[in-house]
Amino acid sequence: MSDSHTQKPDLVTQLLPIEFRSISFNKSGNRLINNLSLTINSLGITIILGPNGAGKSILLRLLHGLDKPDFGDILFKDIAANYAIKRKQAMVFQNAVMLRRSVKDNLAFVANLHASKQEPDLLALLDEVGLYDKQHMPARRLSGGEKQRLSLARALVAEPELLLLDEPTASLDPYSVQMIESLLTKLQRRNTKIIFITHDLNQARRLAEDVIFMHKGRLESFQSAEDFFKNPNSKFAEAFIEGKLIF
Amino acid sequence: MQIFSDSFTTAFFLIISGDPDLYEIIFLSIKVSLTSLLGSIIIGLPVGAFLAIHRFKMRSVLLSVLNALMGMPPVVVGLIVYLYLSRSGPLGFLNLLYSPTAMIIAQMLLVTPIIAALSAQIIEDLHIEYKDLFRSLNVSTSKAVVAYIIDARMSLLTVVLAGFGRAISEVGAVSIVGGNIDHLTRVMTTAIALETSKGNLSLALALGIILLTIALGINLLAAHAKNWVMEKQDV
Ligand SMILES: Nc1ncnc2c1ncn2[C@@H]1O[C@H](COP(=O)(O)OP(=O)(O)O)[C@@H](O)[C@H]1O
Ligand SMILES: [Mg+2]
Repeated sequence: MSDSHTQKPDLVTQLLPIEFRSISFNKSGNRLINNLSLTINSLGITIILGPNGAGKSILLRLLHGLDKPDFGDILFKDIAANYAIKRKQAMVFQNAVMLRRSVKDNLAFVANLHASKQEPDLLALLDEVGLYDKQHMPARRLSGGEKQRLSLARALVAEPELLLLDEPTASLDPYSVQMIESLLTKLQRRNTKIIFITHDLNQARRLAEDVIFMHKGRLESFQSAEDFFKNPNSKFAEAFIEGKLIF
Repeated sequence: MQIFSDSFTTAFFLIISGDPDLYEIIFLSIKVSLTSLLGSIIIGLPVGAFLAIHRFKMRSVLLSVLNALMGMPPVVVGLIVYLYLSRSGPLGFLNLLYSPTAMIIAQMLLVTPIIAALSAQIIEDLHIEYKDLFRSLNVSTSKAVVAYIIDARMSLLTVVLAGFGRAISEVGAVSIVGGNIDHLTRVMTTAIALETSKGNLSLALALGIILLTIALGINLLAAHAKNWVMEKQDV
């Protein structure tokens, strides 16, 4: 981690607790999120688990303000999202979106928006995700794993206090998965709140402090990771852990 | 065939001897077309970007209108501009008929829809790809548009060159509103038409060769630039 990534223990508490109050979300006549309420208050990594189509991505998009709930409120320390709150968040998307620019210029784009980081900081970030040597390469030529590592680095340029990731490691090479996981662990220790979607149970075991389990647009369980894997309080979660629930 | 080869020789001589009449026509052509191209970019690109990014009721109607305008026959555009600029027309008081300005206006009417419609399509594709990321990063609309234009620069350059091609090779509209007046509004295409009808094939051919060279040159340039950027930037 570059030295500019200093501790910000007081900052993270400005966004926590994150509270979903009776959230519902409809699209084309389908109820995709159904009356979901939960409060996230841990400083550790929160993992969202669930089978395909459970509504995990939509939940994260609602949290990030990319979609608006039809009913209910999402509150950050009792306040609805405003510009200041949004500026403290960053999201890594499932399909890495690469600007048609060099690797370094993908980071520079964000740095120029918020003028927070200088060139050496950007190079340090690239080094951290193993892309220092590829800084001049067109970003779209990177491999899948490299693209996702660059997405993560780009999300970190603005030093978010809340980092949201939507299956960033799905179908990546083991080296990239390992690098992303260790970077996330490091960030978490520096008090960046991380909420992370995966359907990889082993990854959840490695990283999670608490687990949100969703099924068909509903919150099925929200437990500490230890409880979730030992003693899940939902029969769907139990089936999922046993590998019996795919959809 | 004799006529053809004779004309060809004379044409070649005209070109390399730097015949002032010939070059006056060439420079006016380029000046008029570049000016109308610039005007069309200034109007068409923001219109295209707006249509690409915003969703509103009349959007699809506007896009259809633009697409229809792209295929407007130049003589019809010439006729419309003529009616507006003629002495009894609503803009007759401006005294613009048979001037290079009238030709620029007519060419802008032909080129602006091309720039607007094609850039709308290009920018929309990029917008669909980038919009979640840009919203996540709190990128303002104006900064997003600048980013779209930068990242789509190669495709947009192709559009601009297509617009220039339409402007410089068009004859119907500029002959109606320009009048093909010697030393004033005579451009390559109208001169070719006139000289051919007069049987002065060598001058017509000389102009034809130059027009062709410009068109080919632009296309080669575009292809080269595109390859170069693909190589460097993968856009
Ligand atoms: N724009 C949309 N219109 C209709 N249905 C949608 C739309 N987006 C997502 N869905 C549906 O919502 C459900 C949840 O989607 P998503 O949150 O992406 O699931 P996942 O848990 O796999 O991330 C899926 O069944 C999906 O098909
Ligand atoms: Mg998903």
